[in-house]
Amino acid sequence: MSLNQDVEALRAISLFAKVEPSKLKLLAFTSERLTFKADEELFHQGDPGDALYIILDGEADVLLDAPNGPIKVATVGKHGFFGDIAILCNVPRTATVKATKPLETLRISKDLFYQLVTQFPQISIEIMRELAMRLDKTTRDYREAAAKLKQGA
Amino acid sequence: MEPSIFRYILKYSKRQQVMIVLVTLASLPFYYASLDVPKLIVNDALDSASSEFPLPFQILGFEFFGLDQKPLLYAYCALFLALVLINGGFKYLLNVMKGVMGERMLRRLRYQLLARALRFPLPHFRRVSSGEIIPMVTSEVEPLGGYIGDAVVLPLYQGGLLLTAIFFIFAQDFYMGAAAIALYPIQGWLIPKLQRKVNLLGKDRVKEVRKLSERIAEATQSSQEIHAHDTVRWELADFSARFGRIYDIRYRIYTLKFLAKFLNNFMSQLTPFFFFSIGGYYVIEGQLSLGALVAVLAAYKDLPGPWNELLTYYQTKEDSRIKYQQVIDQFDPPGLRDEALVGGDHETPPPLAGAIEVSNLGYSEDGDPLVDALSMTIPIGRRVALAGDAASGKGELTMLLARLIDPTAGRVTAGGVDLKSVPEALTGRRIAYVGPNTPLLSASLVDNLTYGLKHRPLRPFDYAAEVPAARRRRAMMEARLSGNAEDDCNDDWIDYGAAGAAAPEALIHAITRVLDLADMSPDVYQFGLRGTIDPLLKPDAAWRVLEARAALREQLAETDLADLVEPFDPTRYNLNATVAENLLFGTSRDDTFVGTRLAENAYVRKVLDDTGLTDDLLTMGYEVAQTMIELFADLPPEHEFFAQFSFIGSEDLPEYQALLRRTEPGKLEALAEPDRLRLLNLPFQLIPARHRLGKIDEAMRERLLVARRAFAEGLPARYRDTIAFFDPATYNGLTSLQDNILFGKVAYGKAQAAQRIGDLISQLVEALGLREIVIEVGLDFPAGIGGTRLTPVQRQKLALARALLKRPDVLILNEATASFDGPSQAHVLTSLLGEFEGRTLIWALHRASLAKYFDQVVVLKGGRVAQTGTFTELLGKDGPLSQLVSAE
Repeated sequence: MSLNQDVEALRAISLFAKVEPSKLKLLAFTSERLTFKADEELFHQGDPGDALYIILDGEADVLLDAPNGPIKVATVGKHGFFGDIAILCNVPRTATVKATKPLETLRISKDLFYQLVTQFPQISIEIMRELAMRLDKTTRDYREAAAKLKQGA
Repeated sequence: MEPSIFRYILKYSKRQQVMIVLVTLASLPFYYASLDVPKLIVNDALDSASSEFPLPFQILGFEFFGLDQKPLLYAYCALFLALVLINGGFKYLLNVMKGVMGERMLRRLRYQLLARALRFPLPHFRRVSSGEIIPMVTSEVEPLGGYIGDAVVLPLYQGGLLLTAIFFIFAQDFYMGAAAIALYPIQGWLIPKLQRKVNLLGKDRVKEVRKLSERIAEATQSSQEIHAHDTVRWELADFSARFGRIYDIRYRIYTLKFLAKFLNNFMSQLTPFFFFSIGGYYVIEGQLSLGALVAVLAAYKDLPGPWNELLTYYQTKEDSRIKYQQVIDQFDPPGLRDEALVGGDHETPPPLAGAIEVSNLGYSEDGDPLVDALSMTIPIGRRVALAGDAASGKGELTMLLARLIDPTAGRVTAGGVDLKSVPEALTGRRIAYVGPNTPLLSASLVDNLTYGLKHRPLRPFDYAAEVPAARRRRAMMEARLSGNAEDDCNDDWIDYGAAGAAAPEALIHAITRVLDLADMSPDVYQFGLRGTIDPLLKPDAAWRVLEARAALREQLAETDLADLVEPFDPTRYNLNATVAENLLFGTSRDDTFVGTRLAENAYVRKVLDDTGLTDDLLTMGYEVAQTMIELFADLPPEHEFFAQFSFIGSEDLPEYQALLRRTEPGKLEALAEPDRLRLLNLPFQLIPARHRLGKIDEAMRERLLVARRAFAEGLPARYRDTIAFFDPATYNGLTSLQDNILFGKVAYGKAQAAQRIGDLISQLVEALGLREIVIEVGLDFPAGIGGTRLTPVQRQKLALARALLKRPDVLILNEATASFDGPSQAHVLTSLLGEFEGRTLIWALHRASLAKYFDQVVVLKGGRVAQTGTFTELLGKDGPLSQLVSAE
């Protein structure tokens, strides 16, 4: 897996679409490429958050700890990213992420992430869009759940 | 100690002083004769009419055979030469004798001072700092050695010389003699007057310098606080004032000293004036021979020497008298521990039997009663918690029980014996004490642990191979002559039996046990993994490590963890290692082969040339430089990425940019040597798996493997010892235990690979019974000055383990675990309570709630016992304990 391939993969991600190639190369060179096997946990809810992960290939589930076993709240696929909340808000991991297929990721450390965001406003906008979409989904889920509860009651 | 330096000299060096005086007396006739010969040469051999010959040859007035003029001259000249030699010989002998005596006395004095410092009552160390004690024992007493050597003999010898010369002058002529000494009374009156002033200033100076060294010690120890509070300027102002005071005193001393010197010189120069005027008159009158006047002048030349020596002697004598006094005064604090109770050759006393009784115990500091009429009984075999607030006196009570401080009233008895009257051999061996902050020795962990077992030399060191026994005997004799200890630190002092070890080899079992009890094993284990062994000295251990290496390999293959490690294989290129590591394929002992500067080594360059790699590596270096510039050139120079990721430092980047502009691939051959080095060093840092630059392709790996073989096969003899190659079948003595077991590189790109491999290695070490070997290596870890290479908690754990190792009858802890975190605290509390079930444990707790695990709780308040009973009993009542617990 060469650096240039990594750069190509990053370029395909909307988050980095507007970032110039030389910066993507720096990003690829200074970030860590980590592979996970199926069923391996990337991190667990409550762990300290120190990095953002970008999926280059494969798929992972986002799980929430609940009294009767973990609940799956989302699936992230190729070119998706996660781990942003913990490093943006300085809180422990809000969910567990577990690989469902063999996973290729790029692990971007907190420092590197902030560096990128300050240099490339485009990335902040992309992250905002992603967060807004998640919020929209959460709100919809909540509305449905509330409606169901009302019906039940 | 003797109240004055003169009594001290008299007591310890009477015989040597007498010897020196006798030798000095024996030398005087020769000196006198050497003064006489010039006169005989002038008067008899030169100035006599030829008709008077043969004249008698005479020495000191005794006449021998008669000789003609020239033979007489030659005979006297030969005699003169012989006397010069004899006088010189005497001087040499005397100087050596004085030097030896002075140094022995100095050694004795220092030893006695230090021995007294070791008997100081502990609270005294709060009043005197090491900054004061160190200069007293080292530099302040230093001049005393010189003075003691001269103390008796200098006034005698120089006085003798002076008297001889004066006597000689008087023998020539009474008036000239009188002239020679006419001014001495004035000098003898004036100089001491000046000296007294100098003495007073000298006293001030010593005091001022002592305060200065105390302040320097304080400033260096609290440098953290100085920077934390930005008080450098205040400190410098303080030092400036102190240096100024010392300067003032020294300035006044110098002016007085030079005034004395001036007066002295002036008066000495007056005397020849008398000689020329009075002596000249007599010669003209014919009442004195010219030869006699010449001899008097020659003799007078010798007068100022001894006279000045005597005056200087007088000054040093006064100086030494004061210094001795000032030092001795500091070494006689009240409460000095009795000499008979400290040190000495004692068998280990039998175990303490009977309860510890505290009756009417009082202890006060500066009039403050900290422990006040306290009485209690601790039956043997009981685990007792002492609870109370900071002013309760529980800390002082533990120190009184361990007999570290002496009570001001009442007493502590164990089995009916008053602890105050027993030798420390009892309290220091049967009782163990650990306080809240234990300083460690600047030695290895194992030396620190066994420190509590070293009471006296038990097995003599075998000198046969190392130093000739005669040299050792001489050292012992010297020690005896200086009244120093004759014990040998090289002997084996460790009392293995006290630790429950039947033989020295069994001590390690005792040590691992106490390390477990003190929760220190995991720390020592980590030190051990990072340390290494010498496979030649410990072949068995090295063999066991190799077994672990094989077992790890097997286990990795069996589980799905195999891709976490890329093992070192001599026939394969390691993708998780740098190019340099792949080429050397070994560990370098020193900086002969440094990964980042490998191209600077001439042999490496030769290997690259021989295997035809130089050009390709140059091209690769060019490309790497290009990539680095592309990636990092836009970053600000102080950016952390340079240190973390770049092969080229920010300060070197412009140089590389210029270099790339100057040349292009294909023309690299023509580059000057420094530029070639710049490029060649870059590819050595490449790790294919990590950097993913795609430079090291399959073909390149094969060629680097060829170079690897060439490097090893052609290695010049001078480098053989500087590198240990990675060989699957041998232990690498230059790398750590952990790396020897791993024998490979942890793979990049696998999540938590390092931690998972670390866990696996720990399991293996445990399963293969290697733990003791690792612990043994970890025990060689140096603790650093005062133990500063360990964390404060590790220091405390080591101190606890040390106290446990000597298997005390009574263990006394004074808030010893206050700095521990929760789990460690719980671990140590449980293990110690288990260990001391049925033994005596007295623990002053920093949190009263911990007392619930103890057999008995004693609550102290204001230095008295407020409550005593079991925890549940006392907590049920509304009283001091429930207050303490609820306040937590």
